[in-house]
Amino acid sequence: MLGDEALALGALHAGLSGVYAYPGTPSTEITEYIQASPLARDRKVHCQWSCNEKTAMEAALGASYAGKRAMVCMKHVGMNVCADAFVNSGVTGASGGLVVVACDDPSMHSSQNEQDSRFYAEFAMVPCLEPSNQQEAYDMVRFAFDYSEMYHTPVLMRLTTRMAHSRAVVKTGEMRDENPLRFPEDQKRWVLLPAVARVRNEQIIKQYAQYEEDSEKGNVLSGPKAEMGVIACGIGWNYLMENIEGEPSFPTLKVTRYPVSKKQVRELASMCKTILVVEEGQPLLEKALRGYLPVYNEIKGRLDGTLPRTGELTPDALRKALGMDDKETCSKSEVAVPRPPALCMGCGHRDFYTALNMVVKDYPTARVFSDIGCYTLGYLAPFHAINSCVDMGASITMAIGASESGVHPSIAVIGDSTFTHSGMTGLLDAVNMGANITVCISDNLTTGMTGGQDSAAFGRIENICLGIGVPKEHVRLIIPLPKNYEEMQKVIREEIEYRGVSVVVCRRECIQTAKRHLKKQ
Amino acid sequence: MKKDIILSGVGGQGILSIATVIGWAAIKNRLYLKQAEVHGMSQRGGDVQSNLRLSSDPIFSDLIPKGECELIISMEPMEALRYLPYLKKGGWIITNSAPFVNIPSYPEISAIDADLKKDANVISFDSDQIAKDCGAPRSSNMALLGAAARYIEILDVEALKEGIRNVFARKGEKIVEDNIKAFEAGFEIAAKR
Ligand SMILES: Cc1ncc(C[n+]2csc(CCOP(=O)(O)OP(=O)(O)O)c2C)c(N)n1
Ligand code: SF4
Repeated sequence: MLGDEALALGALHAGLSGVYAYPGTPSTEITEYIQASPLARDRKVHCQWSCNEKTAMEAALGASYAGKRAMVCMKHVGMNVCADAFVNSGVTGASGGLVVVACDDPSMHSSQNEQDSRFYAEFAMVPCLEPSNQQEAYDMVRFAFDYSEMYHTPVLMRLTTRMAHSRAVVKTGEMRDENPLRFPEDQKRWVLLPAVARVRNEQIIKQYAQYEEDSEKGNVLSGPKAEMGVIACGIGWNYLMENIEGEPSFPTLKVTRYPVSKKQVRELASMCKTILVVEEGQPLLEKALRGYLPVYNEIKGRLDGTLPRTGELTPDALRKALGMDDKETCSKSEVAVPRPPALCMGCGHRDFYTALNMVVKDYPTARVFSDIGCYTLGYLAPFHAINSCVDMGASITMAIGASESGVHPSIAVIGDSTFTHSGMTGLLDAVNMGANITVCISDNLTTGMTGGQDSAAFGRIENICLGIGVPKEHVRLIIPLPKNYEEMQKVIREEIEYRGVSVVVCRRECIQTAKRHLKKQ
Repeated sequence: MKKDIILSGVGGQGILSIATVIGWAAIKNRLYLKQAEVHGMSQRGGDVQSNLRLSSDPIFSDLIPKGECELIISMEPMEALRYLPYLKKGGWIITNSAPFVNIPSYPEISAIDADLKKDANVISFDSDQIAKDCGAPRSSNMALLGAAARYIEILDVEALKEGIRNVFARKGEKIVEDNIKAFEAGFEIAAKR
């Protein structure tokens, strides 16, 4: 099973009542596994996609309030979207087990940045678990639910791409029932008025110290005294073990639980002169070890270049850090050139960009603010059609700001799923401000980039725009096909010329999902 | 005993099916297995690879370290080149010779061939054509697996065929037979070299 699937099955076996999620690589397969699971179907486990990570997080918190075990899944940047709910759920605490799964994407295989979700756990004073292999992903999620119920806290589980998308055989354990409906005994902590929150804050600080002590039972210190010791977090442990024969001949601390115990780290430090910190993502622990003041031990890791400062860890990078020689390999070829991803042949986004480009070439001052989805690939050759891609929903709002600063035409390009994720509130701003922008919703009736999940406002995009207050004459529909290029250009041009908010819905099904639908028939 | 294999190709060429078949056979034969895959953005016509590790002992890393890979199975000749720094000197490359050209700067095929042969043993043949010739145009990937079969060593040919039968079973008898035919044709090609 994939690491994602192992975690999903572990959650089902641990008595999950609902998974709440918005798709995002590399987390998508967790929810998809549960959606396809006969066990989940029999038990009526909730597994429908949410509109975005914040609505998912809050719905899961509600389920936890009612005593049920709930899980939230997202990619790392989803943590930014649900941060308000996540951090405050740290203050209310949980009732039924509440596990938040964040999948980080070091090396940015499919992401805008390399943020490390462990910081969110520390920030919200929530315990964090980071399995090092697929079996641990399965086992740990049950522990996470138990720990969550024991301390009435949400628990963050962090995976990284390599773990999420790698398969191994997993031994399964017992299955347990869901929790019954049960209201929290302590009603007060769910109402975060300042007077309540202040009390909770004190409690959580105490609890956080307890998590640190508890982590000693999960993180393993072993090995004899030596010149150098290693702290290896998550899958960093695998890369360490890959490079050495048998048991380590030096002190090691295998970390799968945070906050890491200072006592354990000091113990390791007393057994060696140099400490190598191996962590996937950002140097969270390494920074803490270095601190501001002199340290007795020499610390090595990502900050001094012993390991690369950015990107995914590899067994090769660690081999170098351990001072071991390279193995003999075939020589690298200079002939191979990069092969970047591209929009599928026949994709509607292609026809949309072709028509848009024909119009935009007549407006040298036009700027196209795009968003995140397959259509972001319109940046690449042959289209070079967009000027920005920042975070989900930023197309409409950036277009507003640019327009008010004098950019004209100010055009937003957004997908249907991204529109319902976080574009709708921006459109309301635009209407209220009377912004002079043209919003193109490239509606392929699905969430294409992440593999074709259902899109939240299927068939209701125009009604939503009307409801938000875009005038009826300026909510237009075009069908992106080569035979319609003239008509498409005409509509886009008219709406650019209109002074106010207009929406051009450009609708044709994603050919990948269309193929799947055909096969099913 | 262990075998580290890199599968490579372009998104949509079916390398994950090759991985699934080998993986199925490995589990059936009680081997340890790790299989790192590419999901997400690159699947849209970009380069994709899968690191497949089989062993009679527990495996730690999901990624194959440089110089440990013994076999590259590639659905596309230039994609095979990309992973040379992982291949042991004298390792084997089994590749489809038909280029997949979806980029403007695609290199000369002769330059690709020269680099492939530099430090490695190569079996290169047009698996698309072989699959077509057996009346199974969509089974190019299984023709390639057939050609690679004898170099996988840790699994025998019958185990792989059983893998094909099981992995494709839910798609119907015809698809299973097509894939077996392509596999056998590929196997014969490699036998002649
Ligand atoms: C906060 C956040 N959540 C999830 C993602 C992952 N993600 C990127 S694009 C996308 C969906 C795009 O769907 P849509 O807007 O319909 O465009 P399409 O890909 O279908 O063209 C998702 C879920 C992300 N980048 N950021
Ligand atoms: S997956 Fe769908 S939306 Fe994405 S590029 Fe392919 S056809 Fe277009």
